[in-house]
Amino acid sequence: MLSALDIFLQQLVNGLTIGMIYALIALGYTLVYGIVQLINFAHGEIFMVGAYLGLLACLTLKGLFLGSGGAVLLLILVFFFAMSGTALLALLIERFAYRPLRNAPRLAPLITAIGVSFLLQNAVMLFFGPSDKSFPGLIPVTKVQLGVVSVTNLQILIAVVSVLLMVILHFYVKNTKTGKAMRALADDRQAASLVGIHVNRVVAMAFLLGSALAGAGGVMFGMYYNTINFHDGYLAGLKAFTAAVLGGIGNIPGAMVGGVLMGVLESLGAGYISSEWKNVFAFFILIVILLFRPSGILGERVVKKV
Amino acid sequence: MSRRKKRKVPLTQRFREYRFFFLLLVAFLFPLVDRNPYHIDMLVTAGVFMLLASGLHVIVGYAGVLNLGYAALFAVGAYTFALLNLHWKISFWIGLGASAFTTALFGMLLVFPVLRLTGDYLAIVTLGAGEIVRIALNNMDSLTGGPNGLLGIEHPSLPLTHYSFGVDSAPYYYLILLLVLLVVFALCRLESSRLGRAWVALREDELAASSMGINPAWVKLSAFGIGGFVAGLAGCFFAAKQGTISPDSFDFVVSVTVLAMVVLGGLGNIYGALLGAFILSLLPEFLRGFEIYRMLLFGLALILMMLFRPQGILGEARRN
Repeated sequence: MLSALDIFLQQLVNGLTIGMIYALIALGYTLVYGIVQLINFAHGEIFMVGAYLGLLACLTLKGLFLGSGGAVLLLILVFFFAMSGTALLALLIERFAYRPLRNAPRLAPLITAIGVSFLLQNAVMLFFGPSDKSFPGLIPVTKVQLGVVSVTNLQILIAVVSVLLMVILHFYVKNTKTGKAMRALADDRQAASLVGIHVNRVVAMAFLLGSALAGAGGVMFGMYYNTINFHDGYLAGLKAFTAAVLGGIGNIPGAMVGGVLMGVLESLGAGYISSEWKNVFAFFILIVILLFRPSGILGERVVKKV
Repeated sequence: MSRRKKRKVPLTQRFREYRFFFLLLVAFLFPLVDRNPYHIDMLVTAGVFMLLASGLHVIVGYAGVLNLGYAALFAVGAYTFALLNLHWKISFWIGLGASAFTTALFGMLLVFPVLRLTGDYLAIVTLGAGEIVRIALNNMDSLTGGPNGLLGIEHPSLPLTHYSFGVDSAPYYYLILLLVLLVVFALCRLESSRLGRAWVALREDELAASSMGINPAWVKLSAFGIGGFVAGLAGCFFAAKQGTISPDSFDFVVSVTVLAMVVLGGLGNIYGALLGAFILSLLPEFLRGFEIYRMLLFGLALILMMLFRPQGILGEARRN
C-alpha cells in the first residue's frame, strides 16, 4: 500500500525530472532574452528538432555499438549529435533571421521568430511525418529504491546530465571571458561594444549555448516519454518560457528554479487536481506568483530612472 | 506661377485624396462582379481578421502592450453569443452588443489584477490567460461542449423581416464590411481623442506620461477594454457565420497570426493593421496550390517580409 506521503514524494520525483528538462529549455530563453530582449519563439521548436536529431542519431548508430560499454558511447554520441545539430541550427537562424533586425523595432524579430517556428515545425513534419515517432530506449530502465520513493535510473540520468550542464553553463557565464562579455552586453549593449566586445560573436554564442542545452533537453524528453511528435516543441517551449518568466527572465539561476518549480507544480497539479487541468494550473500559478513578485522569483526589481 | 501649379494636380495625388472612396467602391461592388461564393467567403474571413487586427492594434499599437493571448478574447466573444443564442434564443443583433460588452469586461478583468506588471511580464500573463481560456473551453464539457464545441448557432436575420442570412456569403460580406468600417471610423476618432493621445504617450514613455498626469493603470485598462470590445464583435460575427464553434478556432496560433498581421502592417497605424490582416489572411489561400508546403511557405513569407520591411508595410506613416 502506498501512503499519502509516498504518493506525494513519487509525484515530486516525477515533477523534478520533467522540471529539469523545462529548466534546460528555459535557460535558452533567458540567455537570449537577457542579452537581446527577444522572446525567441523558435526555441521550443529547436528543442523539438533536438529530439528528432537524437532519434536520427539513434537509428543510424544503433547497429554499431552492441557490445558492453557500447550503450554509454552511443548515449554520448546521440547527445553530441543532437546538441551540435541544434547549436548549428540556432547559429543559422540567428545569422539570417535575427541579426539583420537587431536594431529594428522591437516586435520585428518576434515575428520572424514566429515565422522560424512555423518553418521548423512544418519542415520536421514533412521530413519525419505527422504521426508520433517512437524514441528508442537507449538504456535499459531499472528501478532504484531511494528510501520510500522508487526512482528509475533514467530519472537519475536526466537529473545528473541536467545539473551537470547547468553547472557548466553557470561557471561559463560567471568565469570565462565570453561569459563576462555576455553579462556586460546584458547590462548595456552600447557601452559593451564601446569597450571592444564583439557584439555579434557574443550574441551568437548565447544562441549556441541555449540551443545546445535545448537539444540535450530534447533527447532526454524523447528518452523519458518514448514518443516524440513535431508538435511537442510548442507546449514544452511555452511552459519553459513561462518558467523563465517565473524565475525572472534574463536571470540564469532564475530559469533553473523556475523550470524545476514549473515541473513540480504541474506534476502535483496533475496528481491531485486533474490531469486535464494541469496546464491551467501551471499558468494560474504563474499569474499568482507574478502578482506578488512582479519581476519573477529571482528577478531584480528594476528601478525607474528619468 | 504658384497658382497654376496648384491647379494641376497629378493623377496619383488625386487618387491619393480619393483612395478611401475608391477602395470602398471596389469593396462594395466586388460581390456583384465576382459571384464565386468561395472568393466572397475568403474575403469575409479576411474581414474577421481585419476586425481582430484593428482591435489588437489598440492594445499593441496604441498602448504598446504586447498581447500574446488575443484569441482568448475572440473566443469569449464567440462563446458568449453562442451560449446566449442556444439557451435564450437571443438574436444576433442583441448578441453583437452583449458579446462586445462581455468581452470588453473580460479583457479588463483579465489585466486588472496584473496592471502593475510591465513589459513582457504582462505579455506572458496574456499568453497564460489565452491558454487557460482554451483549456477551459476544452474541459468544461457541460457548458462549452468540450472539444466538439457548440453546434446549431442561429444565423443572423434582418430585424422586422423574415430574411435570414443563412449560408449565403454575400450578406455576411456586407455585414462584415459595415462592421470593419464602423470600427475603423471609431478607432480613428479615438486615436486623436484625449484617451488616444494618452495611449501613445504611455507607449512612448510611461514615466513621462505618468508625470504629466496620465494614470497608466487606467489607460492600459481602457486599451484592453476597447481591444476586447472589438474582439467581441468579431467573435459574435464568427459564431453566427459559422453556426458552429470549437476551441480549435481560438488557439495560440490565432493569437500569434493576428499579432503578425498587426506588426507586419506597421505599428502605430490602424491602416497598417488592416492591410496586414488582409495580406496574411489571403496568403494561405494563395499558397493552397502548394498543398503540404503551405505552412512552411507561410513561415518563410513571415520571415522574408519582416526582413525586407522591419518597420512594417505602412510603418513609416507614424506621426511624431
